[in-house]
Amino acid sequence: MTVAAFYLFAAVLVASAVMVVTSRNPVHSVLFLILAFFNAAALFLIAGAEFLAMILVIVYVGAVAVLFLFVVMMLDVDFAKLREGFQRYAPIGGVVGAILFLELVLVFGTWTFATDAAGLRLNPTPEGVDNTRALGRILYTDHVFLFQLAGLILLVAMIGAIVLTLRGKPTSKRQDVARQIARAGSVNLRQPPLGAGLGQIGIERPPVEPPPEAKPKQVEHAGHGGGHH
Amino acid sequence: MEGFLATPVGILALTVAQAMALLVPLLIMVAYLTWAERKVLAAMQLRRGPNVVGPFGLLQPFADALKMLMKETIIPAGASRVLFILAPMITFMLAMLAWAVIPVNDGWAIADINVGILYLFAISSLGVYGIIIAGWASNSKYAFLGALRSAAQMVSYEVSMGFVIVTVLMCVGSLNLTDIVRAQADMWFIIPLFPMFVIMFISALAETNRAPFDLPEGESELVAGFFVEYSSMSFALFFLGEYANMILMSALITILFLGGWYPPLDVAPLNWIPGPMWFVFKICFCLFVFIWVRATFPRYRYDQLMRLGWKVFLPFSLAWLVITAAALKLFGWLPA
Repeated sequence: MTVAAFYLFAAVLVASAVMVVTSRNPVHSVLFLILAFFNAAALFLIAGAEFLAMILVIVYVGAVAVLFLFVVMMLDVDFAKLREGFQRYAPIGGVVGAILFLELVLVFGTWTFATDAAGLRLNPTPEGVDNTRALGRILYTDHVFLFQLAGLILLVAMIGAIVLTLRGKPTSKRQDVARQIARAGSVNLRQPPLGAGLGQIGIERPPVEPPPEAKPKQVEHAGHGGGHH
Repeated sequence: MEGFLATPVGILALTVAQAMALLVPLLIMVAYLTWAERKVLAAMQLRRGPNVVGPFGLLQPFADALKMLMKETIIPAGASRVLFILAPMITFMLAMLAWAVIPVNDGWAIADINVGILYLFAISSLGVYGIIIAGWASNSKYAFLGALRSAAQMVSYEVSMGFVIVTVLMCVGSLNLTDIVRAQADMWFIIPLFPMFVIMFISALAETNRAPFDLPEGESELVAGFFVEYSSMSFALFFLGEYANMILMSALITILFLGGWYPPLDVAPLNWIPGPMWFVFKICFCLFVFIWVRATFPRYRYDQLMRLGWKVFLPFSLAWLVITAAALKLFGWLPA
């Protein structure tokens, strides 16, 4: 049963990953990417890593992919033009791919497993602890400084992105909510009787001042008979 | 019987029966929530509300459903057909899917999983897809603008909601929903964590695209926003999905802050009422407040909405998270 589920999810994962690369429409690509994330989450669940599965869905599907979709939907991509470039860039892409493949082969060729790796793999969580707690211990207790360092790097990246895109526009109008609320007479509390309609209460409005210059002009126009110009 | 339930067919039958026992009352509740909203809004605006179909207009939801079923489903010529049909299904399905882990009473959850709260959070964060896909697949500018607004809004408010959930989790020491409710047997979390409750409630309004944050469908400027091209049952699925999501968010607030199935005080007349009834009462209370807010507040402007999410809620919930953690550590209240 579990094996069948594994092959099902793995097959859909690989198929949707292929569709991400091959589909013509970038929005469809992102949607297939989301499907791939889901299947990866299911594989995590089968492996017993329920925390990772949920985090994968929350972070990647719920936030990152939404932003991808957001950007890709707004792009005006010309598909014919994209395909035009394929012939020209294929050799360069091929070379880059070949180099990466060679490197991977070298890495895996010289890979040696740690002596206790086999034991750890069979028993991913320590005895009597669920894997959320086990992960928490590793991240926040055993390797807290490395974890903080990773957080700092992300923070620097975020600040960098903000600095690069922030332009103080002199034309943009900003709202100062605190000042607005503190303005005298901006909020007026009153206690109307319960169940009474607007007609019974009688709405009070601030008196409308007549526009200062409109009146004399209109009189003048009327004197000329009006409507001639 | 015991032997049959152990077979794969038996497990399947049992799961389907459990799901039906939860979903059928849920769907009836969704139907009557639409009725209740109209009635409550009417009362607040000194009107009568639906009062023609059946006594007190009680059959109105079914009349509406029948009308929707009879209408023609129109798919716009420029639409991406598959995604256009898929979007309302996603919205509705996600609203139902989350109920698998909701504990209605002690031990009454269909799937009492370890990471229940994360599952709920994950499902609620997926809700944006139904909307964004609908907006894109419609191939219409109003629908697309609604979808973009919704995507930005839901992602923004999820952040502060995440901090609220983390704060509660620190007080409980477990991700399991049943454990979260059990931790509130003596005191509901609304009392020590009241500011977090307020943030959670307002974020829930934003997550479900309810007034005063209903900009994705802002009818005054976007006609109807992301579902402007939808008709008949595909529209009805969006409509029902929104209300099912409201009930889900109310259930989440009930579990996190209002003590789930526990009565407010463990004294004689209150603890005669069974737990599931309390759970439903609390959900109904939250739903009433949802509707009350809609009748009371004008719609936010979009920049005000973003300001509230990022500049008010995010720093405040982060600060409160740190304060809670410090208090738990200082007074030695950390759960084992």
